[in-house]
Amino acid sequence: MVAEVQDWPGRWSHLQAILERSGPFAHPEFEASSEVLSFLEDTCRVLVIGAGGLGCELLKDLAYMGFRQISVIDMDTIDLSNLNRQFLFRKKDIGQPKATVAAAFINNRIVGCKVTPYPVFIAEFHIVVCGLDSIVARRWINGMLISLLTYDSEGVLDQSSLIPMVDGGTEGFKGNTRVCLPGVTACIECTLELYPPQINFPMCTIAHTPRLPEHCIEYVRVLLWPQEHPFGASVGIDGDDPDHIKWIYEHAVDRANQYGITGVDYRLTQGVVKRIIPAVASTNAVIAAACATEVFKLASSCCQTLNNYMNFNDADGVYTYTFEAERNENCAACSQVPQVLRFSEDTLLQDVVQHLKESAAFQLRSPGLVAMVNNKNKTLYMSTVKSIEEATKPNLKKTLQELGLRDGQEIIVADPTTPKSIVFRLQLATNMDGN
Amino acid sequence: MESGPAEKSKKYDRQLRLWGDHGQAALESAKVCLVNATATGTEILKNIILPGIGSFTIVDAHKVSGEDIGNNFFLEKDTIGKSRAQVATELLLELNEDVNGDFIEETVDNLLRNNSGFFQNFHMVIVTDLPERTLVTLAAQLWESDTPLLVCRSYGLIGYMRMVLKEHTVVESHPDNAIEDLRLDHPFRTLTEYCNAQNMAEMTKKEHSHTPWLVIIYKFLEDWKKHNGEMPRNYKEKSKLKEMIREGILKNQDLVPEDEENFDEAIRNVNSTLVPTKSKPFWILARAVKEFVQNEGQGRLPVRGSIPDMTADSERYIQLQNIYKEQALQDIAIVTNYVHQLLQTLGRPQDNISDSDIKTFCKNASFLQLIRCRSLAQEYDPATANHADIAMHLEDTDDDDLVFYILLRAVDRFYSQYSKYPGCYGDSMEADIPKLKACVSKLLQDWGITQNVKDDYVHEFCRYGASELHSVAAYMGGVAAQEVIKVITHQFIPINNTYIYNAMKQSSITVQM
Ligand SMILES: [Zn+2]
Repeated sequence: MVAEVQDWPGRWSHLQAILERSGPFAHPEFEASSEVLSFLEDTCRVLVIGAGGLGCELLKDLAYMGFRQISVIDMDTIDLSNLNRQFLFRKKDIGQPKATVAAAFINNRIVGCKVTPYPVFIAEFHIVVCGLDSIVARRWINGMLISLLTYDSEGVLDQSSLIPMVDGGTEGFKGNTRVCLPGVTACIECTLELYPPQINFPMCTIAHTPRLPEHCIEYVRVLLWPQEHPFGASVGIDGDDPDHIKWIYEHAVDRANQYGITGVDYRLTQGVVKRIIPAVASTNAVIAAACATEVFKLASSCCQTLNNYMNFNDADGVYTYTFEAERNENCAACSQVPQVLRFSEDTLLQDVVQHLKESAAFQLRSPGLVAMVNNKNKTLYMSTVKSIEEATKPNLKKTLQELGLRDGQEIIVADPTTPKSIVFRLQLATNMDGN
Repeated sequence: MESGPAEKSKKYDRQLRLWGDHGQAALESAKVCLVNATATGTEILKNIILPGIGSFTIVDAHKVSGEDIGNNFFLEKDTIGKSRAQVATELLLELNEDVNGDFIEETVDNLLRNNSGFFQNFHMVIVTDLPERTLVTLAAQLWESDTPLLVCRSYGLIGYMRMVLKEHTVVESHPDNAIEDLRLDHPFRTLTEYCNAQNMAEMTKKEHSHTPWLVIIYKFLEDWKKHNGEMPRNYKEKSKLKEMIREGILKNQDLVPEDEENFDEAIRNVNSTLVPTKSKPFWILARAVKEFVQNEGQGRLPVRGSIPDMTADSERYIQLQNIYKEQALQDIAIVTNYVHQLLQTLGRPQDNISDSDIKTFCKNASFLQLIRCRSLAQEYDPATANHADIAMHLEDTDDDDLVFYILLRAVDRFYSQYSKYPGCYGDSMEADIPKLKACVSKLLQDWGITQNVKDDYVHEFCRYGASELHSVAAYMGGVAAQEVIKVITHQFIPINNTYIYNAMKQSSITVQM
């Protein structure tokens, strides 16, 4: 048995004022007592996903809000450019795994806190908080939490299978905080249009009619590098390798000079190649704090939670906007409504793939499609495994009819944005012109 | 030629993309003072130390208590009883080796009495947890010496921030979605010549579809003005112009319009392009720009000199871009002349204002911001308090966050009366509710306001018992740090002047008190 940590007098006075006394704005189920704090300290398990700008703040904030059973996951290692905001890291930590260093720092500073820097089975947590910069990862976690939901025979959600998710995101001086109750309130996929798809410059602009410095950098990145392989045939671009950035920068300058374009510099080159999102300590502090407050409310019921989305921007004054994001009745992740794809028989498979990537409702990244054809599972297309990609590539130019797909057929789609495949029912219109 | 970035620019890369090297330089040469190393106070400092503030000084006479360690990341358990200023300074300094920091274990009252010039040595003073009387005295002194003051507070689930500065000017306000400055309503000579030389009737299909929309709108506007004399003004006229542009799309032999993205862009841009070019006036630079506007500019600001991206071939896009750049350079040269004349009459050397400052000013001429806050003295004097706004907010709805401003003022009144805050943990909350209610009534009475504050809020504030929750302190620490950075860099727009954060609903408001 580990001896319980002795708290000193007054340690939790700030929290106790709120947790041991009720008020008119508390959740109807709130019962003020000293047991609430014990629950936060000893029982409530919180999973923090991401130990970067938001993650560092979240760990600190949660630990001071009474939470002790915290796990943190992050696959990244510490880089010099993290130190302007990720305050649990020092110069000596560069190259070390973020999760381990962050956990050790918190456990050392805050007496009794037990942050573990490795993943545990997600179903063991009471609350999940996301501080990620990747939309794909966020969507995957969302899908994971939805897959844990159980329903009784009448389709009523078993509340004990529900793990709330608090999600934060920042970009420059903008940020947002949201609370998702999977299966009850809007999930990440319900509101995909809030995350605009990444904008790429059209290939013809990059190749033929560059106008901006960014076009010149993209030309070198997308077209020149694969042609010239400046660092060897198998060497791809490493955005952290200064030699690579320098090569791209110099060639982008050449191209810019050719067209009389000004403004290509090293910083911009690195920004475009690594798709760098500006980040500053203050915005991360704000968004993580709002998330931590929501976790605290969810776990203690001391106050109603955010319903359910808050946008923040402090470039011009300080601005917040709170609204209720609504569930999408046909959400591919949380609605349990079968997803339908409507095409005609002579649609090419590549158009279907394109649709899955570009339609605002799905925004898949690299969908793999499997269908049952002649009683056999047939991979129609898959880009994530190179050998399968090569074998199935010719299918892209075939029509759905040629691939033997029929009306009413199920197509199973796997994608990095979801832990569970999405089952689509194909609605095929016959080609009325006849051919 | 530039080589790989130095270590510093790598460390600060993600923020340099927001405020640039010159913003960073301003930050690195700034000295700030924090009064009281509370959780809110140290969180603010953390968020300006990480991005590399020049130096900080903590003024705090308190010893570290058990409560302090319960909510403050920059105090450790074994430091109970030690100087709070010292412990916080040491732990904060670990965050960034480029930053200098020191502390003074002294009360503000003593400093004001014995070292009256002390606070004027800083570029900005940040205050947390100061009794009303001391705060008002300090604020009056800082107001006199023109030193910006930021007051910040976390109280239960409510946050408060007050900016106190006489006057603050912003050249680079970094507006989101600014309207482009294209002068199609008053084209300058080189733009006119260029557009007139573009003969769309004789273009190949490819050239036609890669003609920048700027040229297209110009041509159709000329056409419009020939027939109507004036620019299209209302919705109907603008729609008509759009229709004319749509008619200009090339058609194939079956008379079906081709796909011409540049024409679509032109139609989309008609509305924003036709917003008339306006001017706003600002001190020596502002005066110089004013001269320009009155003379060479014929009522208009210097041309900004940039165009948005649009479908076009590289050659014509760059040509157009250069036409705008050249015009901007010409305008800047004229403004520079005025600046030098003005400096001469003021008996100041010519290099008092650098060429790059003049250039930045001209480019931002339509985004300049001037902020003048009311003083704390004006706010705290019932005769000059902004009771009209308070009454209006109370009238508005039950859910207005301004009510928390009133309650924060009421708990201060409670404190000056009873030497403690209402409902402190360990005390009876119930007994303090009527007392706080009386404070609220007195306050409203002072302001001559007849509306009342709902009892629920009074109850909730007694529940808070002046507790400082870490997550609320961390939120305010982020918001306040950003305001400090804005004031120091003269970039982005600070609040004017009071910000209230409601963590119960994650909502907030800004009001002028
Ligand atoms: Zn959903």
